[in-house]
Amino acid sequence: MKTLYDKLWDEHHIHSFDNGYSLIYIDRHLIHEVTSPQAFEGLKQAGRNIWSKKSIMAVPDHNVPTKMRENGIKDPISKIQVDALDKNCKNNNLLKFDLEDIRQGIVHVVGPEQGILLPGMTVVCGDSHTSTHGALAALAFGIGTSEVEHVLATQCLLQKKSQNMNINVVGEMPNYFYSKDLALLIISKIGTAGGTGFAIEYTGNAIRNLSMEARMTLCNMTIEAGATTGLIAVDEKTISYVNGKPYAPKEEEFKKASEYWRDLKSDEGAHFDKTIEIDVSKSSPMITWGTSPEMAVAVDDKLPDLDDERFISKRDDLVNAFSYMGLKEKQNVNSIELDKIFIGSCTNSRIEDLRVVADIVKNKKVAKNIKSAIIVPGSGLVKEKAEKEGLDKIFKKSGFEWRSPGCSMCLGMNDDKLSEYERCASTSNRNFEGRQGRLSRTHLVSPATAAAAAIHGHFVDVREII
Amino acid sequence: MRKFKTFESIAAYIDRKNIDTDAIIPKQYLKAVTREGFGENLFDDWRYLEPGNLGDDHSLRKKNPEFFLYNPKYRGAKILIAGDNFGCGSSREHAVWALMDYGFDVVISTSFADIFYNNCFKNGLLPIALHQQQINKLIKVTGSNENLITIDLSNQIIQTKNFEIKFNIDARRKEVLIEGIDDISETLKLSDKIKDYENKKALKTPWMFNS
Ligand code: SF4
Repeated sequence: MKTLYDKLWDEHHIHSFDNGYSLIYIDRHLIHEVTSPQAFEGLKQAGRNIWSKKSIMAVPDHNVPTKMRENGIKDPISKIQVDALDKNCKNNNLLKFDLEDIRQGIVHVVGPEQGILLPGMTVVCGDSHTSTHGALAALAFGIGTSEVEHVLATQCLLQKKSQNMNINVVGEMPNYFYSKDLALLIISKIGTAGGTGFAIEYTGNAIRNLSMEARMTLCNMTIEAGATTGLIAVDEKTISYVNGKPYAPKEEEFKKASEYWRDLKSDEGAHFDKTIEIDVSKSSPMITWGTSPEMAVAVDDKLPDLDDERFISKRDDLVNAFSYMGLKEKQNVNSIELDKIFIGSCTNSRIEDLRVVADIVKNKKVAKNIKSAIIVPGSGLVKEKAEKEGLDKIFKKSGFEWRSPGCSMCLGMNDDKLSEYERCASTSNRNFEGRQGRLSRTHLVSPATAAAAAIHGHFVDVREII
Repeated sequence: MRKFKTFESIAAYIDRKNIDTDAIIPKQYLKAVTREGFGENLFDDWRYLEPGNLGDDHSLRKKNPEFFLYNPKYRGAKILIAGDNFGCGSSREHAVWALMDYGFDVVISTSFADIFYNNCFKNGLLPIALHQQQINKLIKVTGSNENLITIDLSNQIIQTKNFEIKFNIDARRKEVLIEGIDDISETLKLSDKIKDYENKKALKTPWMFNS
C-alpha cells in the first residue's frame, strides 16, 4: 500500500545510491528570468548541453512591469535579466512565452493553464511556490539555481525521499472561508517549519469540494508550512480541468492518460508518518498580523496577548513582529488601517479569485485612505477572460488599477512595491520583513478579505458586510 | 566546487528565529546575472539605514551601527550562529552565495529550511544543525578571540578551548563538501540508465514526452 507521494516517487525513481539518495527523473522544468541566468551560464562554462529541451517552459514574470508594457522594460538592470532569459531560450530553441504573448503570466499560473504540466509528472522550477502543481497530483517542488543547472544538464535530481504527512480536512467550509484562509489556518497551527522534511497530502471532504484553482492556492502555500511538496489526489475535477488544455494529450491519448491518472491517489490504509485532522466547519476568514505566515488570527479574533502561555517560547519573535508591523498586542483586527491593496500573485490571481473580488466591490468605491489598490491577473489569458466577463470595468469603476500579468507586488522586484511603513492587505504568500519593499508591512489575506478591506480602508469581517 | 577544509574562526551570533532568504538577500539584488558580489548586501535591510539597489556604491550608504556583524567582536567571523528554521522562504540560491561571499563557511542553527539546506551543499557552505543546549554553549564563547572555534568536518567535531560538540551530517553530503564533488558529472555517469528510463516511460506514458 502506497501513498500518492510514494507512487509518484517510485514512478520517477531511476537509481538508488547506497548513501540513501536517489536519482529522480524530472518531466517538466519551468524557468523564469531570476533564478536561471547563472544556471545557463554554468552549463555553458562546463560545455554541457541541455538534456531535454522539450521538457522546458520559460516565461518572464518576476521582474516585468505591470503597466505601460508597450514601452518595454524601463529599469535597465531588470531588462538585462529578461533579455538574458530571451537569449538563453532563443539559443537553445526553448518554448517561451514572451511579454507580448497573451499566454505570458506568472510561471505557476501559466504552467497548469497551458496543460504543460500534467498529473503524475515530476515538475521543478527555481521558485519555491512550485508546490502549487501538487494540486494536479504532480510531484512538484522548488529548487535552487545549481539544481536548475543539474536538471538542464541531466533531466534528473539527486533527492532523499521525504516522509509522508496527511492533513485531513473535514467539515464543510463556511461561506467566505476560502482555501487561502485554510492554508493560513493550517500554517498557524503547525508553524512555518511544521512540514519540513515532509511531503504533505491534503485529503478529506473539504478538499474534494474545492475547485482546482482553490486547490492550487492551498498547495501553493504548502511551502510556507515548510514542506516543499503539497499534493491532492486526482479526481474527476482534475481530469476535466486538464481536458482541452493546449498542451494536454488529446482524444485517444487523453483517455489512456486519464486511466493512468485515476490511480494517482493514496491506497486505502497507506502509511503516513504523521496525520493531522482539521475540522473547518466553524472557521473564520484569516489574516496574518506579523512577519511570518504562521502569525495569523481569525478576523473576528484579537491579535495575540503576549502574556498568553501559548506564546511563551515565541515571545521575543512576537514582540519583534509587533514592533516591525507597528501594531499592539490584543488589538482588534478591524482597527488595522491600510494604505494599499494588492490582489495578485501565484497564490490568488486566477479567474475565480477575480470573480470573488468583483462580487464584493461591485458598485462600491475604494476607501479614500487607500493610496492605491491594484489587481494583477495571473496571466494574459486570465486577464482576457476577466475582461470578457466585464470584471475589469467593475474594478476600475470601484477605483482599482487593472494591470498586466506578473509577480508584481508579491515580491516587489519591479516598480510595484510598498514605501517604508506602508501597510498592505495582500493576497500573496509571504509577509516577511521587507518582502514588499523595505520596511513594508504586509497582511496576507484571501481575495475576499482584501476586497472588503479596500472598500472600508481597514480590515473588516467580510461576512458582515455582505 | 572548492574543497571544505578544517578551519578555525570566531563565530558571530544573531538572536533571531525564522531568518528567511528575503532577509538574507533582498529581492532587488536578485536582478544580478552572476553568482558573485552578493556579500555586500547580505542582510541588507538590517545592515544599512538607507535603501539600496543593485549597482549602488554601498560603501556610501549609511550603516546601522547596531547591526550584529558590525560588532567589532564578530569581525572576521566565518561561522554564523542563528535561531531556529534558518533560510526559510524563497528558494533563491543567492542567499547562500551572499553568506559565502561575505565570508561565512558554516551556519549553525537548530533547524534549516529544506531548499536552503540543499542549496548550501551545492556551493560548499556547511549547515550544522545542533540542539538548543549545544547552541547555548557555543553562544557563550562567540565573538571572543580567546575562544576560537574549530570546525572539523571529517571528524564531525566542533572544537572549542573547553569542550567539543559532535554533529551529525549525512555521509554523502559530507563527501560532497570534502571532495568538492560536482553533482552533475556524477549524475552524467548514469546517462545510460537515464536513457533506458526515458525509453521505458515513453512506451508507458507517451504523453509525458509530448511537447
Ligand atoms: S507571484 Fe510571488 S511567490 Fe509567486 S512566483 Fe511570483 S514572486 Fe514567487
